[in-house]
Amino acid sequence: MKGASILALEAGPRTREAVDGFFATQRFPIVEGNFITFVWRGDAEAVHLKHWVFGLPSSQQLTRVEGTDVWYRTLQLPPGSRVEYKLEVVRKGHGEWMQDPLNANTARDPFGANSVAHGTGYEVPSWIQPDPAAAKGHRDEIWIDSKTFGRRGFGLYVPARFLRSRQYPLLVVHDGHDYLRYASMATILDNMIDRLEFADAIVVFTSSPDRLREYADDERHAKFLTEELVPFVERLFPIDQEPQSRCLMGASFGAVASLSTAARYPGYFGRLLLQSGSFAFTDIGDRNHRGPLFDPVVAFMNRFRSDPAAVSERIFVSCGMYESLIYENRSLVPLLLSTGMDVRYVEARDGHNWENWRDRLREGLSWLMPGPFLHVYE
Amino acid sequence: MASVVLLGPQGTSPDVGAVLADLGITGKVGLVRAGYQERESEDADMIASLGVPAVNLKLHARSVEVFRDDTELTVAYQARQQRLRHIQAFYRVRLDKIEDAGKTISVRYVEPDLLEMEEKVSVDQYRHIDADHIERCNAVRSVFDMSWRFVDRPVIARHRDELRRELQGAEALVIAGGHVASLLNRLAMFDVLELVAGKPVIAWSAGAMVLTERIVLFHDYPPYGSDIAQVLDTGFGLAPGLVVLPDPHRRVNFDARAGIQRFARRMAPATCVAMDHGARIELEDGTIVRANGVRLTTTGEVDHDWDGSPSRFSSPFLRGVPL
Repeated sequence: MKGASILALEAGPRTREAVDGFFATQRFPIVEGNFITFVWRGDAEAVHLKHWVFGLPSSQQLTRVEGTDVWYRTLQLPPGSRVEYKLEVVRKGHGEWMQDPLNANTARDPFGANSVAHGTGYEVPSWIQPDPAAAKGHRDEIWIDSKTFGRRGFGLYVPARFLRSRQYPLLVVHDGHDYLRYASMATILDNMIDRLEFADAIVVFTSSPDRLREYADDERHAKFLTEELVPFVERLFPIDQEPQSRCLMGASFGAVASLSTAARYPGYFGRLLLQSGSFAFTDIGDRNHRGPLFDPVVAFMNRFRSDPAAVSERIFVSCGMYESLIYENRSLVPLLLSTGMDVRYVEARDGHNWENWRDRLREGLSWLMPGPFLHVYE
Repeated sequence: MASVVLLGPQGTSPDVGAVLADLGITGKVGLVRAGYQERESEDADMIASLGVPAVNLKLHARSVEVFRDDTELTVAYQARQQRLRHIQAFYRVRLDKIEDAGKTISVRYVEPDLLEMEEKVSVDQYRHIDADHIERCNAVRSVFDMSWRFVDRPVIARHRDELRRELQGAEALVIAGGHVASLLNRLAMFDVLELVAGKPVIAWSAGAMVLTERIVLFHDYPPYGSDIAQVLDTGFGLAPGLVVLPDPHRRVNFDARAGIQRFARRMAPATCVAMDHGARIELEDGTIVRANGVRLTTTGEVDHDWDGSPSRFSSPFLRGVPL
């Protein structure tokens, strides 16, 4: 498979000047309709495209344009797609992973940064950009002395127009500091609250030093959230204590922690936002292919699947189509619906990454805890 | 002189001053900005746009004082509001089910005339559930009013005395937009319309909505994708027979003919009027005497040159749910 631009390059004189001209006139990776061409230039024994699109081979070799130092790989990329990737350049038998030097577009995550390719029609949402006109919420770091986990810090967001005389809903975010760092969540809250799309809410950003254990249906974690953290915040701020005004959210294992906490304390969190949940399960037996870290998740999900219950009221579920977890998330939705809970499910042509979770926040948060946009007519 | 004038959003080039001038109002007016809630007192630009002296009645700030000083009432009031919110949420769930049923039926491979009849059944169900919702809201308010008559509460009575004094000599009442529920509740708490009985009332956006019989919340482009219009509550009924939809260029999909048709039929026999900046409806004793706005019709067409003629609803299948 070759894009039109590569075909044109091959049809030309293949001189250094011609190749220089090719690089001077293109933006990389090259998007042509439903196709995308990744390009690298230089001497190497081999170049590989490394990506995290479930369903495609995770490593694909680039082809050299004969007589040049140009390497390319063309893939089909449906409209609206967003793909994170790296290049592996092999020299002297040694492979080096790198960001695409021709593409300045990157996405950060706790493990570093990846290059990002956008398919036709994908646009970075405008509402993630800081808006000078939007009032900024107040941010702080608070410490709690937990009987369960000892001393722990959590991030705090207080809306700009906060008044002691009002009652506020509460949003608790798993991996909260990562949501702030990699998903622009404070900016998104500022913008959405200013545009009346999200309720003026107190937001708590939790993080765990041992998330793979604590988020995997750990009784201690659920107890910490519901019996220590939330009551602690309720003592600090005027919080509406109705379930409809409490939302718990997270991505990946954080989504598992959200659902399992709700299952342990039904009706406590009336709103759940579950992004790309690691909802591994088995239909028979208890062995799963994802490894022992998932064993408690599988045990929880198998229990929940055998006896699903309305543990919350309203649940927003999102997942990327290019994630290996898409099957688990798609399977979860009819199960949740069968309980009578109000469920909204959204898929995107994206992967298991922070920008996918960022891009779904507006839709999820505004549906779960809408601001007064429906009531305000100025 | 017209008794009630409804306007579209004022935006950055307000026309309310011209309307007051047209009505021959040159003296003091009472201004309600309760829809702006905590921003109620930031009124300088708005008062300047009126072109006449104005006294901001500060109903929102007064309500804060009431809630602070009359704790018994506050507890009961908050419980009432919570109940109303739950009822609203349950009503909204039921609307979804009607929408889903209508969609499911609409794609069946049967005779077109049967589908058309089923569409009318769906509209009928919307009308029934809307009417039922209003009835339930009214019932909650009635129960509350029996135990907690606002006028009997000393702190409210004191504020009403102040308001009466502030409105002495006022030639009209001007009601700005903002948060429609907040506005409705504050106007009701202090029964301001009783204090200006017989005087012209000029209102825009949310202010216009609360003067109709039914307040309808709507948005065709919510951040979560799509939504169904929902009745919020009963208004004060000074502008009968109208459903007012302010700011339609941001909120209404005029191209969705089926949606327009269903909405207009759902609200019939009321006339649905989308009111952008510059729109105006004048009523005398509840009858429209002059208007310009955009009417949503029961055929799904959008009448951009509506001049105040009443809506005509022709479906023979409606069961006449009382509105």
